[in-house]
Amino acid sequence: MGKIEILDFKKNNLRKINSSLQNINHKNNKRDFVIKNPAGEHAICAGLKEEMAVTIKGHVGYYCGGMNQKANICIEGNAGTGLGENMMSGTIHVKGNTSQSAGATAHGGNIIIDGDASSRCGISMKGVDIIVKGSVGHMSAFMAQAGTLMICGDAGEALGDSIYETVIYLAGKPKSLGVDCIEKKVTKNDLKKIENLIKIGNIKKLKPHDFKKFGSARKLYNFNIDNVSEY
Amino acid sequence: MCGIVGLYFKKKKLHNQLGRYLSGMLDNMSSRGPDSAGFAIYNNDSKKIFKYSLCIDDKLIAKNFEIDVKKKFKDVNIKNLSDHYILQTSSPPRTIIPFIKQFYESILIVGYGKSIEIFKQVGNPKEIVKKFNLQSFSGSHGIGHTRMATESAITIDGSHPYSTGEDECLVHNGSLSNHNNLRRELIKKGKTFDSFNDTEVAAGYISNNLSKNKSLDKTLKNCLTNLDGFYTFIAGTNKGFAVLRDEIACKPAVIAENNDYVAVASEFQAMAHLPNVNNAKIYEPEPGVIYTWGK
Repeated sequence: MGKIEILDFKKNNLRKINSSLQNINHKNNKRDFVIKNPAGEHAICAGLKEEMAVTIKGHVGYYCGGMNQKANICIEGNAGTGLGENMMSGTIHVKGNTSQSAGATAHGGNIIIDGDASSRCGISMKGVDIIVKGSVGHMSAFMAQAGTLMICGDAGEALGDSIYETVIYLAGKPKSLGVDCIEKKVTKNDLKKIENLIKIGNIKKLKPHDFKKFGSARKLYNFNIDNVSEY
Repeated sequence: MCGIVGLYFKKKKLHNQLGRYLSGMLDNMSSRGPDSAGFAIYNNDSKKIFKYSLCIDDKLIAKNFEIDVKKKFKDVNIKNLSDHYILQTSSPPRTIIPFIKQFYESILIVGYGKSIEIFKQVGNPKEIVKKFNLQSFSGSHGIGHTRMATESAITIDGSHPYSTGEDECLVHNGSLSNHNNLRRELIKKGKTFDSFNDTEVAAGYISNNLSKNKSLDKTLKNCLTNLDGFYTFIAGTNKGFAVLRDEIACKPAVIAENNDYVAVASEFQAMAHLPNVNNAKIYEPEPGVIYTWGK
């Protein structure tokens, strides 16, 4: 393993830093990076395509780790809107809180949020596994299509509104459930999945049995005149 | 889009840093609003003197006005920064404002009060901050705005902050959909408006409530039922300021608070230069919840 390379926003601009991460030098093959002084910049670590470990020392702005593939990104601070948007694989770990739309439309990989996530967490998610150790805001998992959203705290209003096949595991209480989102029975298979997520998220205080399961009632899939008031 | 910022100092010894930190906040928000910018500074200098922030774009008119106003009113003092003139006098608004409206129709009264000074202009926020020399200002709290115009023209009277009452001001990120109806209602109640802008209506609505001795908290609660649309507001008074996001909360806001100050901005970026901000308590205001700071 090579030495850790330091990328400092006080010395380089966003384009240079992102471009050096997007085009790794395969000759020296350095894959460990520390980003200093992010100062809330947007789109840090967007579009990474290769296996690497990036630690960001501070708070980041919008779309951090967007479109990520394979990279392992750790944010030692808070993240702005659209963390890991459309991520395909890899891991993003946020040690603080995240703003709205964390993991929006993400297809794969893991997003771990140590603090709270605000509104619309996992909106339209397409296969990512999101673990929130705190609570989530309103309209989380809105129109979520696939993947898992695990919430150790509570959920805001209209959890899982118009949800498709994403599964929600919630330890706390939802303020309200969205249209077509219902509580479901936790199966043995679910418990296995939860146990695995607990391991990935390094969650200490909760056991698989502490979680309730929520998902789609599948009543909005096709137009049904009886549901017209729900549209 | 639009960017909004607010900074409130909890300690008096920091007051002389207000301009410096607030100009950094506006600079950083120019990416969210390149069309125009403005800021309101609260500095409790005097109990007797009123300050009138006036925008006079014609130097000749400004000169005539200065001569005229000094003739008619007692202890008048005028400070000039770019196209803005701060008229200081012990004469109250009920004498000064009718005088300006009657004889100097082209002068825009940007705001007035015993504490507030407001400056706004069309153009890049970075330039505007320099023109008004915001760096040099001191005060207890300040509010700023960078505008990306959506629903009304890029003019000075379409720029924020809006001040529709003594020592009151409002900045807004978002758009209101019922402002035309509300404007008509408020005009019937005697309010006047300088523009077709939605935020001016919200400011007028807030002033109208406050003038009926309703608290800022109660007033903002009424906003939740009577204002339709998207908004993150920072509403300032001579005591401090309040933050409110609509219940859908798609317009961003982040708050950083420590023992020295409270900073509010559309994005964390705007406050990244503040001292010890990385160790401050940083959180997002919840939808429909009113947050206030002040004396």
